[in-house]
Amino acid sequence: MPRNGSGRGAQLQRAAQYPLDWLEERSGLVGGIRYFLFRKVPGDTSWWHTLGSATLTAFLVQLVTGVILAMYYKPDPRNAHESINHITNDLTLGWLVRGMHRWGASVFIILMFMHMGRVFLFGAYKYPRELNWIVGVLLLATGLFEGLTGYLLPFDQTAYWATVVAININGTAPFVGPFLAQLLRGGAEIGPDTLSRFYSLHMLLVPGALIALIGLHLYLVVRLGVSSPPWSRQAAGRDSDVEPPPSRAGLVTPGPRAAGVRRRPSE
Amino acid sequence: MDDRPGDDQQLPPPSLWPVGFAVGIVCLLVGLIVSWWVAAVGAAIAVVFGFLWAREVATGGTPRLAATGEEPVPDAPAVPAHEGEAAMPEPEPGERFPRSRFLEGTTLALGGVIGAIVTLPAAGLAVLPGFTKQKGHEVDLGPVEDFEENKWKVVTFLQDPSQGEVSRRTAFVRNNGLLDGEPSFTIISNRCAHLGCPVQTGGPLFQKQEKTIKTANGDVRITPTLPAAGFICPCHGGAYDQEGNRIAGPPVRGLDRYQFSIVNGKLILGSTYSVAHVDGSGKSAKITSYELAGPGQHVDGIESWMYPIQAPH
Repeated sequence: MPRNGSGRGAQLQRAAQYPLDWLEERSGLVGGIRYFLFRKVPGDTSWWHTLGSATLTAFLVQLVTGVILAMYYKPDPRNAHESINHITNDLTLGWLVRGMHRWGASVFIILMFMHMGRVFLFGAYKYPRELNWIVGVLLLATGLFEGLTGYLLPFDQTAYWATVVAININGTAPFVGPFLAQLLRGGAEIGPDTLSRFYSLHMLLVPGALIALIGLHLYLVVRLGVSSPPWSRQAAGRDSDVEPPPSRAGLVTPGPRAAGVRRRPSE
Repeated sequence: MDDRPGDDQQLPPPSLWPVGFAVGIVCLLVGLIVSWWVAAVGAAIAVVFGFLWAREVATGGTPRLAATGEEPVPDAPAVPAHEGEAAMPEPEPGERFPRSRFLEGTTLALGGVIGAIVTLPAAGLAVLPGFTKQKGHEVDLGPVEDFEENKWKVVTFLQDPSQGEVSRRTAFVRNNGLLDGEPSFTIISNRCAHLGCPVQTGGPLFQKQEKTIKTANGDVRITPTLPAAGFICPCHGGAYDQEGNRIAGPPVRGLDRYQFSIVNGKLILGSTYSVAHVDGSGKSAKITSYELAGPGQHVDGIESWMYPIQAPH
């Protein structure tokens, strides 16, 4: 570590730096995280740009609460509703975690639509970000399918008949409808297989697809950068006229990207 | 690799101290189960060797080569891949199928085969059981005497008793009396022809006269009713007359019906079939019937062309 310094403070900093350097040398993770967290964004981003992160947070809430609920839920027709009652009424904090999952589902869907509206109204779907819009639409459809499969799981009258109607709406699709409905039901009638099938889809298959798509979505966001709002006075693709303030140190030491501030060539 | 800092620092000399340290830890853990003095010995070994190891690391160690007085032979600089001789002979110009392309192709093909062997059975298990072995269930509704002539009954039963209550279905049954010496029944499924909600009777339900009999299909509950206004769906307002003809709302056809037979004086339900419309009523009704279709699917008219093949029921 090429650091000139003596005294207790320098010693402490070296001690803190050592594990980070160790990790960085072997994995490049520190640099990667620094790149992700301290990348440049347009100076005139606003609160509207936080809707995507909010959606991601809502998804993480669903992930965590769902994993815990799966410890107590029993996906078969004789026990499903009983186990939901057990979670809500008997288990310590069960009402809270189930409530977070239940209401968080709506929050997740609403935030997805708001994020989509922001991207649309800001024109942020345009070149070169079209592919990320497409991935986002796939995320919306996958997220709605999470809602559909999760709705059956409490297995009360509302859940059962809402799912009957939803499956039969799929059944009215031309040509493939009868097969689509049967594929969703896992048979000719809604029965035990339908419930466990929806449970598996809801907690394994569809979340896996969601996580993969979110990874792709974020990769494209980082690669392409955040777009300026439509009222931005900065010309797209040009360096700023204003010299940015000195960059903050990130993860103990200033990152390589913060070292040199690019200026316009005329200066 | 360029000369990043640390590339030449991380070469600790060979050392036996970590081995001794590991032996001490194992001894300590075994001792926790076996006996306290084994644990003590293990702890002592671990402390001693750990100290020696730490001291060696702290002092930078004693490289062996320096001790023997020889100069360490520096490694020959690596030849960049694009310089020097190729590791393998260049393919002859004009050779159409070099070895590397063969290996690339076989690797991809083998990977594809392994992927298919793993994926196809799993995908098959996910999809196929829903389409194969859809067995029809005969349903025993008990003695025919429970169904008086020209009276409507709401009958609920377990279609597949092995599945339990989740397979409880409902039918509206009316005994039409004898037709040419044969019993005649009107047996209407309560599955709405719009989107499958449970259709209700449009009239009083005499729940105090409910009768429960035990058959092979669980508790069969028979409740008299007077569906004066026909049958009405609570979900989206579909309305049917007493023969199951659509009279209002979104349904695309009439209510489905059950085939029936009478075996040893018992009313047995067979499979269900779809109905476009019914002319007449009771035992003289003319039923325009089709193969069972899902709710919301037309069975007649030009829209029925959208559902040419039904999934196996």
